[in-house]
Parts: sequence; C-alpha cells; structure tokens
Amino acid sequence: MRRLLFVLPVALFVAVAVYFLLALNPNRDPQLLPSAMIDKPAPAFQLAGLDGGQGIALTALKGQVVVVNFFASWCEPCRDEHPLLMGLEKQIGVPVYGIAYKDKQPDTDRFLKQLGDPYKAIGVDESGRTAIDFGVYGVPETYVIDKQGRIRKRFVGPLSERQITGELLPLVQQLQHS
Amino acid sequence: MKALLALLAFLLLAPAAFAVEPSERLADPALEARARALSEELRCLVCQNETIDESGAPLAHDLRVLLRERIAAGDTDAQAIKYLTDRYGDFVLLKPPVEPATYLLWFGPIIVLLLAGGGALIYLRRRKAAAPVAPLSAAEEQRIERLLKDEG
Repeated sequence: MRRLLFVLPVALFVAVAVYFLLALNPNRDPQLLPSAMIDKPAPAFQLAGLDGGQGIALTALKGQVVVVNFFASWCEPCRDEHPLLMGLEKQIGVPVYGIAYKDKQPDTDRFLKQLGDPYKAIGVDESGRTAIDFGVYGVPETYVIDKQGRIRKRFVGPLSERQITGELLPLVQQLQHS
Repeated sequence: MKALLALLAFLLLAPAAFAVEPSERLADPALEARARALSEELRCLVCQNETIDESGAPLAHDLRVLLRERIAAGDTDAQAIKYLTDRYGDFVLLKPPVEPATYLLWFGPIIVLLLAGGGALIYLRRRKAAAPVAPLSAAEEQRIERLLKDEG
C-alpha cells in the first residue's frame, strides 16, 4: 500500500509526459482534423465544366478508382502543388479530376493556361457547396474515391512527392485490384 | 456634438458586432435567433478557435448561410447540426458530445478531484490521529528565551 502511494505519482507523471511528447511531435499538425467522410459514399454532385466544357458528375465516375483534387487559382499552395499534378495521371494510372473551389471562371482559365491543365475534366464549384459536402475546409485537398464510389483517403494541403509515391500510389493500386 | 455621441455609441457597440452580415440574416427573427444560437456552438474549421458566428473566413460565411438554409427549410436544431457533423465530424462542435471516446475529457477533472481529495482526506486524518507533539522541556524553554533576547 505504501509503495503504491509512491509509485502512483510517478506513473501519473510518466503518462502525462508521454502524452505531451506525442502531442509535441514536430510532424504532427494540430490544425489537421480527421475527416468524417472516410469510407463513406462520396456526396453526389453534378458540376458544370469550364466555359461550357465537359463537367463532372459523380455517377459518371462510378466503377473506377478516381482522384479528385479541389483547387483554386487564388490559392498559393495550389500553385506549389500544381507541377506534381501535371504528371499525376500518368504516374498513378487513374483519372484525376479537378474541382475549382470558389473561383471565378476567367481566373481558373488563366491559372490553367499559365501552368497547364492536369485534369481529365474540371467541375466548377463556385458556391463551394460540393466542397462542403466533401468536408473540405481549405484548398487544396485531394480525395481518393474507390470503384464503389466511397471516399477512401483525404489529403489536406498540397500533395508532396513523398505522399504521392508513399501513400497515394500504393492505395490506388490496391483499390484497383480489389 | 451629435456626431461625437454617434461615434461614441458606435465605439461602445462595436465589440458586440459579429461577423454575421446583414445579407445573411433570415427575415424571421425567431429562425434567425435559432441560427445564431446554433452558430455559436459551431467551430469555424479555418480559424479553429472561433465560432462560425464570429469568424470572417469565407468558409464560415458559407456555413452560416447553409445553416440558415437548413433552418428555413424546416430542419430541427438537431437535424441542422447533424447535417454539419456528417460532413465535418464532431470537431465542428465546440462542445464535444458525451460518448465513450470523450468520457475522460468530461469526467477526467472529477476523477482527479476525487483522487486528490481522497488523498488529502486520508493524509489529514492520519496526521490528526498521530500522537500529539510532546511539550517543550524547561531547558528548551530557557534556550528559546535566550535566543529571543539575543535577537532583540
């Protein structure tokens, strides 16, 4: 009993210290919130394309693994991410769709003319409603949707080469074979 | 003078102003009041320590408008909140729900208080039960007097 009284504070201290150590991990971003949409069916959407071009509808995507990237011309990290998106379709072997989030169409146009258009098709989400349905809280965000139309993965912020080769590519390959 | 008073009134009232823009408000004051009450419980996901009621972030604006749409369409408070938690998870709530994953959060302080209080109680009881301290001997009393005198 006496020994327990001495051990208890030490044990409590160790528990708290371990918790702090984990929470202070420099690789952990406290702003990052877990997504509520993982493994749930992707929200239905039907978006018009740029300049009356081909848009995107969720129903047309079913049956294949797809990557959906939310972007905007006014978003600086989207610019950083853009060069990686240019070769992404070829690199991972599945279609990559873009959704222009709260962006004016002429601005999106200029953005893509300047930097290149990496997307199979683009949907215009000027109201941001489709993004809210996906649980987006800032661009860029990238989602992986499986053959059954479920959201399987969400990347918050600009994709990095390491995320693409280390997480995105293996996941897409695994989903394609399932 | 009138202008000065107006300015003073403006400055005094300014802190009470929220980010809710006049164009967002619902015409029905009862519905608007419900929307305000709900939006004070909802986290802006961009500036995470602000409610969507206070935040100037575009996403907060969209969520305020969305919330009002749901309420105007006849959603109950619970339905409107669920619409958002379905998309953003419980993190959109500033007050986390009481469920197994949050038991420690809600009841942890009470547990700590009980543990510490119990410990303190045991300690105090034991101290009281311990033998009373023996009174000073005559020699000790004399020594204290001497020391006190030296001080003076």
